[in-house]
Amino acid sequence: MNGLHYINAFFSDNAHWQGYDGIPTRVAEHIQYTLEALALAAAIGLPVGLVTGHTGRGGNALSLIATAGRALPTFGLLVLMTLLFGFGLVNVMTPLVVLAVPPILVTTYEAMRSVDPSPVDAARGMGMSEAGVLFQVELPAALPLILGGLRSAAIQIVSTATIAAYVSLGGLGRYIVDGLYQRNYEKVVGGATLVAVLALVTLAVFWAASRLTVSRGVRASG
Amino acid sequence: MAVDRLSLDIPDRSITVLVGPSGCGKTTTLRMINRMVEPSEGTILLDGKDIQQQSVNTLRRSMGYVIQNAGLFQHRTIVDNIATVPRMLGWGKEKARERARELMERVGLDAALAKRYPYQLSGGQQQRVGVARALAADPPVLLMDEPFSAVDPVVRKGLQDELLRIQEELGKTIVFVTHDIDEAVKIGTMVAVMRTGGRLAQFAPPAELLSSPADEFVEDFLGADRGIRRLSFFSSAGLGLLTAPVVAIDATAEQIAARDTAEAPYLLVTDLDGKPLGWSEPQDLTAGSVDKGQLLSYGRPFVAGTDSLRAALDCAVLSPTGWAVAVDAEGRVAGVVSQQTIAEAIRGAHAEGRTDSKVAG
Ligand SMILES: Nc1ncnc2c1ncn2[C@@H]1O[C@H](COP(=O)(O)OP(=O)(O)OP(=O)(O)O)[C@@H](O)[C@H]1O
Ligand SMILES: [Mg+2]
Repeated sequence: MNGLHYINAFFSDNAHWQGYDGIPTRVAEHIQYTLEALALAAAIGLPVGLVTGHTGRGGNALSLIATAGRALPTFGLLVLMTLLFGFGLVNVMTPLVVLAVPPILVTTYEAMRSVDPSPVDAARGMGMSEAGVLFQVELPAALPLILGGLRSAAIQIVSTATIAAYVSLGGLGRYIVDGLYQRNYEKVVGGATLVAVLALVTLAVFWAASRLTVSRGVRASG
Repeated sequence: MAVDRLSLDIPDRSITVLVGPSGCGKTTTLRMINRMVEPSEGTILLDGKDIQQQSVNTLRRSMGYVIQNAGLFQHRTIVDNIATVPRMLGWGKEKARERARELMERVGLDAALAKRYPYQLSGGQQQRVGVARALAADPPVLLMDEPFSAVDPVVRKGLQDELLRIQEELGKTIVFVTHDIDEAVKIGTMVAVMRTGGRLAQFAPPAELLSSPADEFVEDFLGADRGIRRLSFFSSAGLGLLTAPVVAIDATAEQIAARDTAEAPYLLVTDLDGKPLGWSEPQDLTAGSVDKGQLLSYGRPFVAGTDSLRAALDCAVLSPTGWAVAVDAEGRVAGVVSQQTIAEAIRGAHAEGRTDSKVAG
């Protein structure tokens, strides 16, 4: 019995494609958790990163918070949340968001700081408003790096969202947790494979997003 | 303190150059005019009104601003870079782009570059885009901070000539920062030499600066060849040109003999159009079979009347015979002139204290 054999067996079993524990449902759940956590993390990390990066203030405080966020053990946080608040989606979202905010925040801040200062100076000198400078000059130039930060956050969420299964929620973690419990290795390997595929899809989505949103002039000038 | 109690009266519709050693406060002074730097005390008046009285962005939109590395927006095409200020002023997209294309032509950029991105342009072209962008909303004032210092000397000269030509057409009030005294002398209507601490050492037209520097600091800053540079301000129009020592390549023996006067030890041979070919001693010329390869090079001719005495002298010094060749606008020989004659013209000009307003070259 090798891994490929497990994979083959898992995916060719018709029963795995239907019902509340079927692949489509579990994948949809997993994607839902990922998108929700990413949206929340971006809603916190992007604005704070953009504004601190634009003004250049608060960089030290920001890297402290980020380091602290990275040091928090995701699984430990999940257990703690569950002990404190019982089972529920919030308990899963919190560790995922805590996991994803630091890469988004730090890369956004650094992307904004690394924008060539001379176009920014030129923009101010020609009377562009501060919001104009941020959104029309700095953001388009910083976009490739910012997308990179979002991408690594998304990949981390995709692989970590499996923990939802520990608190009785769905997602691809179900296969892994249940499989281990049932000693059904076919299920474990199948679930892990799906997580990996989803991570690759995430990469592809971000690649496409950057083709669409990053100006050719920025992409080529590096 | 970067700039201390500087008082300058910048004339309208002309180019005022701020020049001085690095760190003397030129950039700071320039940036006070568009309030990128706020002075701790004192006022700046524009047309008699304190610039503090209008909103900072309104003020800046009424002044073009050009910086050293152009500072183009990498994510925008060339037309859209140039259209930035008109767009900020609320122009429609098409109207702003049309205006941008007009300006591309005005600053000497090929229309084919309109859809390109900044990374696809050379440094000199990018700098032209920077100038076009600053001019786009037709501001009465143009602030330029070392706009041409990052390009090679040949491109820089082209950009300077272009700026002078544009200025002739548009008549803006330009404040131009440079640390290159040659550039200051070439471009400026008025030149402000600054010393460290933003103090004014001298504020004068370039010719006056060269002929009577206010003190040792200014004199040092002007450099060793200030005398030669000053010649740029004397026209070559008054030079007595000789036409006797000039023969065409198909000259007969009699013609050659007739031209062999005591005035000049050499004869200048021209082609049938009158364009210079080279110098020769009269006895070395054989009628009907002049060998072009045997002629002495004539160096770089100067354009009679248009070029300055500096160009004429340079030409004579470069010529192996010590004689300069004057040509007309079409490049046909107008006459020849010796170093001695040029030297006399220089002495005469100095004696008169005459400076013709700026002369090309
Ligand atoms: N933002 C700033 N805050 C404080 N001091 C500054 C600032 N910018 C410049 N200075 C100082 O002010 C002085 C004048 O600087 P400025 O940039 O105006 O010089 P400059 O004449 O333009 O020099 P350069 O030819 O090198 O560009 C320098 O001593 C500089 O260190
Ligand atoms: Mg400077």
